[in-house]
Amino acid sequence: MIDRHPWLDALAHAVLIIGVLVVAFPVYVAVIASTHGPNDFMSGLVPLLPGGEMVANYRSMLTDGLSSSGAPPLGGMLLNSLVMALAIAFGKIVISILSAYAIVYFRFPFRAVAFWMIFITLMLPVEVRIVPTFKVVADLGLLDSYAGLTIPLIASATATFLFRQFFLTVPDELMEAARIDGAGPLKFFRDILLPLSRTNIAALFVILFIYGWNQYLWPLMVTTTSSHYTIVMGIKRMSDVADALPQWNVVMTTVVLAMLPPVIVVVGMQRLFVKGLIETEK
Amino acid sequence: MQTKRTVFGNRLLPYALLLPQIAVTVVFFLWPAAQAVLQSFQREDAFGLSTTWVGLANYLDLLDDPSYLNSLKVTAIFAPAVTLLSVGLGLVFAASLDRLVRGGRAYSTLLVWPYAVAPAVAGIMWWFLFNPTVGLLPYLLAMIGYRWDHALQPTDAMILVVIAASWKQVSYNFLFFMAGLQAIPKSMIEAAAIDGAGPVKRFFTIVFPLLSPTTFFLAVINLVYAMFDTFPVIHATTGGNPAQSTNILVYKVFVDGFIGLNLGSSAAQSVVLMAIVVALTVIQFKWVERKVTY
Repeated sequence: MIDRHPWLDALAHAVLIIGVLVVAFPVYVAVIASTHGPNDFMSGLVPLLPGGEMVANYRSMLTDGLSSSGAPPLGGMLLNSLVMALAIAFGKIVISILSAYAIVYFRFPFRAVAFWMIFITLMLPVEVRIVPTFKVVADLGLLDSYAGLTIPLIASATATFLFRQFFLTVPDELMEAARIDGAGPLKFFRDILLPLSRTNIAALFVILFIYGWNQYLWPLMVTTTSSHYTIVMGIKRMSDVADALPQWNVVMTTVVLAMLPPVIVVVGMQRLFVKGLIETEK
Repeated sequence: MQTKRTVFGNRLLPYALLLPQIAVTVVFFLWPAAQAVLQSFQREDAFGLSTTWVGLANYLDLLDDPSYLNSLKVTAIFAPAVTLLSVGLGLVFAASLDRLVRGGRAYSTLLVWPYAVAPAVAGIMWWFLFNPTVGLLPYLLAMIGYRWDHALQPTDAMILVVIAASWKQVSYNFLFFMAGLQAIPKSMIEAAAIDGAGPVKRFFTIVFPLLSPTTFFLAVINLVYAMFDTFPVIHATTGGNPAQSTNILVYKVFVDGFIGLNLGSSAAQSVVLMAIVVALTVIQFKWVERKVTY
């Protein structure tokens, strides 16, 4: 820093420490709650120190689920979430990079129309047009399937824009040299453009994985039997037990399991995550 | 629109490359959106047997509908509250971190991870913390004589959903402010320091004005987030209640369309929301391109 203000530095540390604690506090309470047996919540206050039921809670939820509220074992739900998140991330990247390639490296009639059509999807969040979209998926017979969970969500304007911006910065000479050497468009794409896009793809993958994993309303709509439940929507079913207080310890066990994978991805790939986040929104 | 200086000459290949994206867009985006627009001009009888063309009646009904006006009012409180809280805290954390020479990375990691938590999960965690029977915060509030009950008190419910919705968004705003702060040339700050401006004065006369493009961008993004992406927070916690006090517009579209089966009205509400998103997106692009001036 330019000038020394020890009290200001102390204040900055204090603000950040309080911030970190406030941010972590709900998660701390959730983790603690997931280590207790159901009777520890009868006293009228949530326990703040770890209990001894952690292994039992996680094991029973992962393998048996919660029969009283018709919740299937969490193992299957985690798997469904993983399939959904990976399919959405891969799907979005593949269809976006192909369409960005077409828009930047070719000139053809209706190019602008295609560009604007993709752009419009950016403006229509699924929540806003949920009823007609649900109807389309139902008419196509895609309810209760992985296809129904993922395909309606894989059109992505943001990913297309990111790749378009990136392709525009790739030097023209690369493509000209490739053409002189006799490479066709597919060879150029595979051998030159794709390797150059590696970092962008990875950064985007982190963001899209989180996006896919955290989907809530859409899986809630299109899954009617428990075989395709995802974990984020499953929490709702569990905390909604009719005429009974939620079993907090197992609800919080589910909460912890639902947020662990995306949090690990963000913390483990922080650099890629920050790059992906800041670049997709520009 | 930009392309390369030289392009490939194939005629059919570009269409083949675009096909998957366009197909998904048409089937799952444009077609449903068109359906919503069409339905908003129609009314279905109670048994779903016949539909009649009613013109603008669905829209006009909205203007007379007290529950819709209430929902507008709720959104007008909720969305700016979430935006102010999460953008404000993001700026405070980023500005604090910017002062520090060491420890930056650790703090930053510890502040960033909530972005990964699903809104629904964030909602459930805060709902648990604020639960009137077992939650910690009502227990503490009772000590100072406040009886917290978000199942009965509209204000309590609103505070709950605002906090739950803002919590995970702070990390996002923090990251963008960090990027914005790093882009400010150090020489400007140094020049101001030499001229005798203290850290507080420097922040308000130099740093904050230079951050105005970032702030504006985040304000729009957070408004969009609060209006549309917070659906899971409401659905997983208050369900729009008590007494419709947290029934934001996007939640009402869902309730009227799926539970009330009032398709015409729900479609009209969808169209209004789409218009709002389009307006916000256009504003964002226009202003971000031009950069806010200072």
